[in-house]
Amino acid sequence: MVIECLVLGAGQEVGKSCVVVTINGKRIMFDCGMHMGYLDHRRYPDFSLISKSHDFTRSLSCIIITHFHLDHIGALPYFTQVCGYNGPIYMTYPTKALAPLMLEDYRKVMVDRRGEEEQFSSEHIVECMKKVTAVDLKQTIQVDEDLQIRAYYAGHVLGAAMFYAKVGDAAIVYTGDYNMTPDRHLGAAQIDRLQLDLVITESTYATTYRDSKYVREREFLKAVHKCVASGGKVLIPTFALGRAQELCMLLDDYWERMNLKVPIYFSAGLTIQANMYYKVLINWTSQKVKDTYATRNAFDFKNVLSFDRSLINAPGACVLFATPGMISGGFSLEVFKQWAPCEKNLVTLPGYCVAGTVGHKLMSAKIPTQIRLDEDVQINIHQLSFSPHTDAKGIMDLVKFLSPKHVILVHGEKPKMVTLKEKIQSELGIQCYLPANSESLCIPTTHHIKAGASDAFVRSCLSPNFKFLKTNSAELDDSHKRTMPLLQVYDDRVSEGILTLQKNQSPKVVNQNEFMEALGVEKHEVKLAHCFRVYIPDSESGDASDCLPSTSRKGSLLHLISEKLCRELPDFDVQDCQEHIQIQSVVVSFCSNEKCPHRTGVSLQSVDKKEVHFCCSWSVADDALAWRIVASIKNLELDT
Amino acid sequence: MEFTCLSEGKGYYFPPCHILDICGFRVLFDCPMDLSSLAIFSPVPTSSNSIAYNRKFSCSSEKYAGLELNEDKRLKIDKPLDANSLIGAEPHYRTVKNLLLWNVSFIDVVLISSPMGMLGLPFLTRNKDFSAKVYATEATARIGQLMMEDLVSMHKEYRQFYGAEESDAPQWMKWDELELLPLELRQIVFGADGTEFGGWMPLYSAADVKACMLKVECLKYAEEACYGGTLIIQAFSSGLEIGSCNWGISGPKASISYISSSVFSSAAAMSFNYQALQRSDVILYSDFSSCNGLDKFDNDDNCSGAAGNNYSNLSSDDVNSEGHDTLLNDEEYLEEMEKLNFICSCSVDCIKAGGSVLIPIARIGITLQLLERFAVNLASENMRVPIFLISSVAEELIAFTNIIPEWLCEQWQDRLYSGQPLFSHVEMLKDGRLYLFPAIHSLKLLKTWQEPCIVFCPHWSLRLGPVVHLLLRWSADQNSLLVMEEGLDANLALLPFKPMAMKVLQCSFVSGIQMQKSHHLLKILQPRHVLFPEILRQHIGPLETVFSFNYYSENKMVHIPYMKDSELDITVELACQLQYTTLKQQDMNISRLKGELMIEHGRYRLHLGNDEQVSSHPRPLVHFGRIDLNNLLTALQKLDMNATLEEVTGAAGSHKASRIHVSEPSKAMIEVIEAQTVISAADENIASVISQAISGVLDCI
Repeated sequence: MVIECLVLGAGQEVGKSCVVVTINGKRIMFDCGMHMGYLDHRRYPDFSLISKSHDFTRSLSCIIITHFHLDHIGALPYFTQVCGYNGPIYMTYPTKALAPLMLEDYRKVMVDRRGEEEQFSSEHIVECMKKVTAVDLKQTIQVDEDLQIRAYYAGHVLGAAMFYAKVGDAAIVYTGDYNMTPDRHLGAAQIDRLQLDLVITESTYATTYRDSKYVREREFLKAVHKCVASGGKVLIPTFALGRAQELCMLLDDYWERMNLKVPIYFSAGLTIQANMYYKVLINWTSQKVKDTYATRNAFDFKNVLSFDRSLINAPGACVLFATPGMISGGFSLEVFKQWAPCEKNLVTLPGYCVAGTVGHKLMSAKIPTQIRLDEDVQINIHQLSFSPHTDAKGIMDLVKFLSPKHVILVHGEKPKMVTLKEKIQSELGIQCYLPANSESLCIPTTHHIKAGASDAFVRSCLSPNFKFLKTNSAELDDSHKRTMPLLQVYDDRVSEGILTLQKNQSPKVVNQNEFMEALGVEKHEVKLAHCFRVYIPDSESGDASDCLPSTSRKGSLLHLISEKLCRELPDFDVQDCQEHIQIQSVVVSFCSNEKCPHRTGVSLQSVDKKEVHFCCSWSVADDALAWRIVASIKNLELDT
Repeated sequence: MEFTCLSEGKGYYFPPCHILDICGFRVLFDCPMDLSSLAIFSPVPTSSNSIAYNRKFSCSSEKYAGLELNEDKRLKIDKPLDANSLIGAEPHYRTVKNLLLWNVSFIDVVLISSPMGMLGLPFLTRNKDFSAKVYATEATARIGQLMMEDLVSMHKEYRQFYGAEESDAPQWMKWDELELLPLELRQIVFGADGTEFGGWMPLYSAADVKACMLKVECLKYAEEACYGGTLIIQAFSSGLEIGSCNWGISGPKASISYISSSVFSSAAAMSFNYQALQRSDVILYSDFSSCNGLDKFDNDDNCSGAAGNNYSNLSSDDVNSEGHDTLLNDEEYLEEMEKLNFICSCSVDCIKAGGSVLIPIARIGITLQLLERFAVNLASENMRVPIFLISSVAEELIAFTNIIPEWLCEQWQDRLYSGQPLFSHVEMLKDGRLYLFPAIHSLKLLKTWQEPCIVFCPHWSLRLGPVVHLLLRWSADQNSLLVMEEGLDANLALLPFKPMAMKVLQCSFVSGIQMQKSHHLLKILQPRHVLFPEILRQHIGPLETVFSFNYYSENKMVHIPYMKDSELDITVELACQLQYTTLKQQDMNISRLKGELMIEHGRYRLHLGNDEQVSSHPRPLVHFGRIDLNNLLTALQKLDMNATLEEVTGAAGSHKASRIHVSEPSKAMIEVIEAQTVISAADENIASVISQAISGVLDCI
């Protein structure tokens, strides 16, 4: 049994996340993203690798979307409406609610502003979202009889989830993007300890280690405050969702505390509408924010107004949130061009910008004026360094916590991923891979044999099996004072039973008695016996008037033997029971039966008074031991 | 498995209560309280009815004065029931009496299906022996908590009036007092057959509620909770109310579905998710709703006669597609909507006439739907009438309903997806069409109060909360309207407010599975065994089913057989080590199995045990069966042994033993007596060769 992992996107890169995983015949597509850096066919994952015949509905069991970012969901309407996938799609409630906003916004930017040919229409988005089944966190969904999926909280953005998928005994987790530290409005990722064959994790910050957030938050607030205090305008290009709300909470709170009156604007209706979603979906934020719902919903911002285009060149300080985040076009670019020539103004840049965007250019330029734009760029730049992605420590922590058998890294930059891969392999001893796009990877899985178990078997396994072992640690010491026996208690519940396999029946485990009973057979005891003669050197010949040694003498002789055996077999419990000696199943006794059937071998007729017969019997299991004992007793004549 | 029904309940507000013994754990389903019994108490008197009350109060305080008074009381029984017959004391609350017969410390798990099923929980959790884990969905837990807090706060009014209670047993509970109660009230106190006295408790405190909530573990929708490693517990929406659920319980030996009152297409809550309950071994059918709405039975029986008798004839596909259509048709939903519209139009009419509307219905879903409807209807009539929602928890409740889209019906969820606000009440609150007030005497309310108006307020029993005051105010107004639910004894409930000039609209809401739908449901669910309430026996009729079934009734334990063996997962590492032998008689492979049994997430798993133990104590072979002497002789001869057979007979000529003498290569003797074989040999090697030969002719493991 293997898990086959086909990487269609985000292999050794960031963008168009899409991994198709086949577990025991069930095929799941995790994320269906688009690449923001390309405008040609490379922006979509190469879906033809899934099915040559393009019958995607039949070849996939389901699609799972982890969160609403375009690099995770951007290609979904295209895949469902244009490529014709018609099967189930799962995402969390917030993702289902917010994804259409993101998709529609993107579509508008593409078509209305850039004048591109549209890849999918508004109608497509609506139709696509109708096929989506919304899920709650930890809700266990039985996609079909064998495939089970479950969402776990991932932090990152509202509604982001890691997904667990299980088919038979094989199980994997696909993390999507996640954050291991809580931020202003979201909690940290949370997952159960699971038995996993594979974890597919993002690795955006595969080598970054971040310190406390508060320092960075303070820097941001200081920069903004300084700018507005001197009458400048602050442009905060963000995604409409997530970062906008986080920064806004931060500013709103700061404005309250510092009693600032400078207006904070949200561009377009998009973000205002997004705030409404945040209010309704407050249960998906962090506990601290959640607790506010009854008094004042934390997303009822006090100081936030909506922006009008006429305000762009209005005098006075202001703060403006505008989309898109990487200043790749749209309103944020429009405003940027207007504000860039003024050195009083400030623009913040998100932690990550895709190559080819203005944001990326600004980020890589040492001196802003070098950027080739139509306008002269004098604006101050503040790089935001808080990211909703986990850092390397977070990735390591998660992998360590889940302890899967294998790890696959996606959604990162290759050189950094290589470093992280080596770290995972050397520090955690877990196999780690970083497949490139279009690469396919096979991973062995766990598998259990299923059997029915009888009640008696289960009961016998569960009932305690106490063993009390007395260990005389020291032998009798000189002063003949007995040391206290050390009592040791064992509870070894080793389960023993019998597995039966019959044609056309599933295997069954029963315990031994049940098994015999079911078959209608009896236990058959196989024993061995040996009766042999030992010559006892006579120390008190005068007394030996009888043919046989007297009872008392017999007793003392047995005692003698038992002591000898005790010495020679220190690991065994030698029981001296007057008439016989018993060691495990081996029974040694005097034999007075002349016709003892076990007396084989050479039978000499001479009846020597100094001769004694010993009869031994034992069961097959103690065969080796028994022959040792026989030899030992035979040696008696030599010893004495 | 053992199942005991502790109480069949009494409709929506008093859900049933059961206890189930599964895989060694005791599971209690719901812990409700019968609030309809509050009807025997007199509401807290206000200025307008205090005169009547004072008369009564002085009477009861002098009750030991003499015989005369006693005789006076005897007369009371024969008098027709009036407001003075009600018990004028701080009320006690009626809990599930049979639950008191169980040792609290033996309950392992409590599953709460709905907010109503939670109201009695503090009585249980405050018991110091209580150690069970309580599971409820997030929404049920929160709404339940608010309802309990509201109850405590409403009850406070009584406590303030009557003062602290002197003793455990109040005056009215004394036998001679109870005997004097009018028949109608006695029936409530003692039950219809007069044997059910008991379970009357003074109300818990706010602290009890708080402590109780700490013991509740909240579950997400369909989250798998694992109890003791053995039971996997999952909650699926039942559609009855926001947050209410059915339960799936699965252990290594059985999977069970608990179906409480469920609604297929709910007006407010997420609908009954029956698909999730498919293929469980046993269904505990605990929807008593069809015995409450008796009028529907004739209709139902006809339908079930037609549909119910051909379970086995149709192919499963046919059954399913047809079944789903039947279950999901929106007749029920439309009917419900019609009812709500009717309530609205009645309300509008009454407001037009200058009267006010009082709606003491505790169903949150219905309240939310009515608010939506009022918003539309009032706007279309161009009326500006304030709507008041008066309850100590009104604000929290409304705020909470706004943040649980996961538990709402599809229609409302679609609003979220299409970017509209979930409820119009958010707007109504903003523009002053709707007001939330914690109490009737709050200053803000007095300032904004205007009549006519529409008031939603507790309590539906008409004995507690703002409704009492408003009823006293409006009972004489023939233009005003009281909307109450069917199922409540209206005559008794309205007794303290008589004479009533006010209009009363009694309506029933869908609160369970219709009988004919339950047939289709079970067809789709394909259980192996179903437990029905005895009370439904006549309506179920003779079923030709693929599943077995039996009936349960109150306080009688029903045994449910386990349907299968425990399932065991054997790890590959262990399975690889197995050495199979083929049995001589049967066509069967067997292998000795040894490992460590674990129970993980409701499944038994056999791991490779401790290596050391396995190697140090090799288990001896166990032989079974009888020796075929000829086979043995042949086997020995194959080993180049010279063997001869001798039959030994006993004194009476009976067969005693068989002996095989081996002379070559060295002397040995094999004695076979029934189930025992003894090998005698002086030589170790030959003994072991012989014993191997014997193992060869016997089956061994």
